[in-house]
Amino acid sequence: MYILLTFILSMLIWVIFSGLLDAFHLTLGVVSSILVSVFSSRILFPNHTSSMGSLAAQSLRFIPYFIWLMKEIIVSNFHVLYLALFPGAMKHVQPSIVKFKLGLKSESARYLLANSITLTPGTVSVQIKGDELWVHSISQKTTESLEGDMEKRVARVFGESLTNS
Amino acid sequence: MIIEIISITMIISGLFFFLGAVAGIIRFPDFYTRMHAAGKGDTLSTVLVIGGIALYYMETHHWEWSAILVALKLLAIIIFIFISSPTSTHILMKAGFDAGIKPKLKENSENNTTSEES
Amino acid sequence: MSAFINLTGVILLIMMLPLIYRVLVGPTAVDRIVATNMIGTKTTVVLLFIGSIYERLEMFVDFALTYALLNFIGSLTISWYFQRKRAQENPGEAVSASIEEVQS
Repeated sequence: MYILLTFILSMLIWVIFSGLLDAFHLTLGVVSSILVSVFSSRILFPNHTSSMGSLAAQSLRFIPYFIWLMKEIIVSNFHVLYLALFPGAMKHVQPSIVKFKLGLKSESARYLLANSITLTPGTVSVQIKGDELWVHSISQKTTESLEGDMEKRVARVFGESLTNS
Repeated sequence: MIIEIISITMIISGLFFFLGAVAGIIRFPDFYTRMHAAGKGDTLSTVLVIGGIALYYMETHHWEWSAILVALKLLAIIIFIFISSPTSTHILMKAGFDAGIKPKLKENSENNTTSEES
Repeated sequence: MSAFINLTGVILLIMMLPLIYRVLVGPTAVDRIVATNMIGTKTTVVLLFIGSIYERLEMFVDFALTYALLNFIGSLTISWYFQRKRAQENPGEAVSASIEEVQS
């Protein structure tokens, strides 16, 4: 099942990138997609045991999260613009490094959380050390807003339950 | 016509955010704060400008199949940059951290002189 | 519209100059890498602009995609080199200790 899904995805990418729809190129695409999906579908979907429905549900729940993330990215860009260009805003730059415990377990959820933290206003993730996430935050105000609900949102996307809190 | 206006708006706002990122790279006091400007401004400005180019290209080629194919390739570039830019920001941050660059931290205690040198 | 594309490309190139200043001056090596990475990302955009000026965007799109890939791989490789080279001395621990000292 997952092999078929990988085949469809790689065939789609082949068609987009080659742009030629004659028989020869499509045959090449089918052969290489079959090879890729047989050998390396485990790289794209490491967990073959989970059902297809949960994957579809994850993808559906990702869409509102993505819209929220876009809004946050635009806000954070205006924040950087304000700090960099507005005269006298430089005194708001008071960096600090914050550590907080991760409740998320799976690797991909942690990846999504770290990337989202990098893209949201005033915070950049530095490293994950064991179960601790280190976040560099640019001003006092953004440090306080970090403790909010981002981890809960990521957990909702992946259908995980947070262990701490 | 309306599509052209949208694409011009996207390109100009992308340039505007890129200006913010460049000013941040120049003006921010230390390495870690510069990474803030690089990671955020770079991602959004690139995505906006490439999106504007894609819209403009489709409009001028009258939404033909080949033009939509090129726009899909541009979409692939956008997705790739969207994934790779925060990741490279994070990994460069980690590299700077491991290389022993000390962050400038805010003045909340007496013995902060150790973090101010460097 | 083509004048607008030309102008935007020129503005992008002009805005790369401060980044080149950061590459030349940057106090640490990682600063230079960050500025180089940003220049690379913008070069992707400039390639697309060149493509639409010469009306061969369908060809330049592939160049831009390759350039973005190479840029990402380059920054990954350089930071990997940094982490390996500095792993023997391990000053990251020293930084962690100094941060904990400041924040407590």
